Amino acid sequence: MTRIFAQLRLGLVYGALSLAAFVSIFPFFWMLVGTTNTANDIIKGKVTFGSALFDNIANLFAQVDMLQVFWNSAFLAIVGTILTLAISSLAGYAFEMFPSKTRERVFAVLLLTLSIPFAAIMVPLFVMMAKLTLINTFTAILLPSIASVFIIFYFRQATKAFPHELRDAAKIDGLKEWQIFLYIYLPVMRSTYAAAIIIVFMANWNNYLWPLIVLQTNDNKTLTLVVSSLASSYYPDYGVVMVATVLATLPTIIVFFLLQRRFVEGLTGSVK
Amino acid sequence: MAKSRIGRAEQRSGWLFIAPTLVLLGLFMVYPIIWSLWMSFQTGRGMSHSFGGLTNIIRLTQDPVFLRALTNTGIFLVVQVPIMIVLALLFAAALNNPKLRFRGFFRTAIFLPCVTSLVAYSILFKSMFASDGVINDLAIALHLMDAPISWLGDPFWARTVIILAITWRWTGYNMIFYLAAMQNVDKSIYEAARIDGVPAWARFVYITLPMLKPVILFTTVISTIGTLQLFDEVNNITMGGPSDSTLTLSLYIYNLTFKFMPSLGYAATVSYVIVILVAVLSFLQFLVARDRKA
Repeated sequence: MTRIFAQLRLGLVYGALSLAAFVSIFPFFWMLVGTTNTANDIIKGKVTFGSALFDNIANLFAQVDMLQVFWNSAFLAIVGTILTLAISSLAGYAFEMFPSKTRERVFAVLLLTLSIPFAAIMVPLFVMMAKLTLINTFTAILLPSIASVFIIFYFRQATKAFPHELRDAAKIDGLKEWQIFLYIYLPVMRSTYAAAIIIVFMANWNNYLWPLIVLQTNDNKTLTLVVSSLASSYYPDYGVVMVATVLATLPTIIVFFLLQRRFVEGLTGSVK
Repeated sequence: MAKSRIGRAEQRSGWLFIAPTLVLLGLFMVYPIIWSLWMSFQTGRGMSHSFGGLTNIIRLTQDPVFLRALTNTGIFLVVQVPIMIVLALLFAAALNNPKLRFRGFFRTAIFLPCVTSLVAYSILFKSMFASDGVINDLAIALHLMDAPISWLGDPFWARTVIILAITWRWTGYNMIFYLAAMQNVDKSIYEAARIDGVPAWARFVYITLPMLKPVILFTTVISTIGTLQLFDEVNNITMGGPSDSTLTLSLYIYNLTFKFMPSLGYAATVSYVIVILVAVLSFLQFLVARDRKA
């Protein structure tokens, strides 16, 4: 009797997981199928591959300067990631390596700012950027994001595992503090950096609200903004939208599958 | 003597290394949040404004659109976060069983939605839930319903689509946190419980859940903050409609500032509602978590 029960429960578990896997994967399948169908077929729910792929690609490139848009997204994501890691890892390292009571209090205040929603500061930020005549520039996108409290916290946690003897040895050898950071800490912590790169790159690549407010001319728009505006017209050409969506999703999927293990470590690292 | 000099050098490095962070956060986080507080007591349109005292707060209580946005955000919070967390816990518990086959496949599949951008998946959901779209076709083919539903044209169903979408995107994300925490739980506790004849559901309720309490608290707070800031999904799937039934606080602030005649003072007041809600709800969740300590 208990055997049958156990069998039944196992069947239920496999059934539920299979259903969850199907639901999780289906929208990706839908996206790929959609690139090959006409807008009309997509709206009608056609789930088989069609023959409109090349038309959709041609239409997308006719409507949008895709090279420029892709470059904008890539530039913001890459430069943003480098700056964020440089500034925020330096701070995370310093909070852990140079303990002081005052800095501990500063750190507590920083943690408090984690709970400030972006919606609460976007209006003043916009007014500031307007006064600095930085509207419609990449500088306005980058400036508010490069000191990331989340990444500082993440690096502080990771630095707890950094062997202090390495730093002591380097000091005896006469290295200055910035040299220790650059030549000892950075190479030793490269897997921490790898995980942080993925998190920050994805956040920047997918950033929507702030670029939507700041970037106003077509030659400055990012891929995320283009996908959104293509889909928000009254009769969106979904075939074109699907091609743009694939292009917007591909880089993050590639990053994910290349660095899957580090990705999961990176996401969960902050609570360990 | 020598020691104190090294100490001073370290102090200097400590401040130098965090200086860029402090300058940036001061300018682009602390200053705006204080400006916002001051601004919430100003009234006027566009760039001209004057001190209005509590005018904005009174306007809040009489603004039906604000109250609807607040209610909608509350509904998303109360319905979506618990569903997602329970689902994530169940999936994590199932996947934590080392004897389970295809574990890697299931884990990757359920986590996969997290790699999509919020805008991209919103658009996929919008197209799937079109009125003669694929979801209606599937549901009718499976005899789940007789006639197609106008998902995005009806207030109740539009909210349902938003809730389904967010759950699709974030369940795997939360699951990964729980899986990581479950792997840190000492296996011998389960072994002892099994030998004592404790059934699987009781092991889950009395061992796994209490062990996971800090992680559950962490993900609940993160999800609450995320839901209070909901913007990308509603702006891309429903644009807040139909008739404001999916309008969220963030979207309302955006509309107040960038769509209508800008009313910066009032927008700042609405944004402080989110700040206060985040603070109060996070605090309550910490209290609840502490009280349950057995």
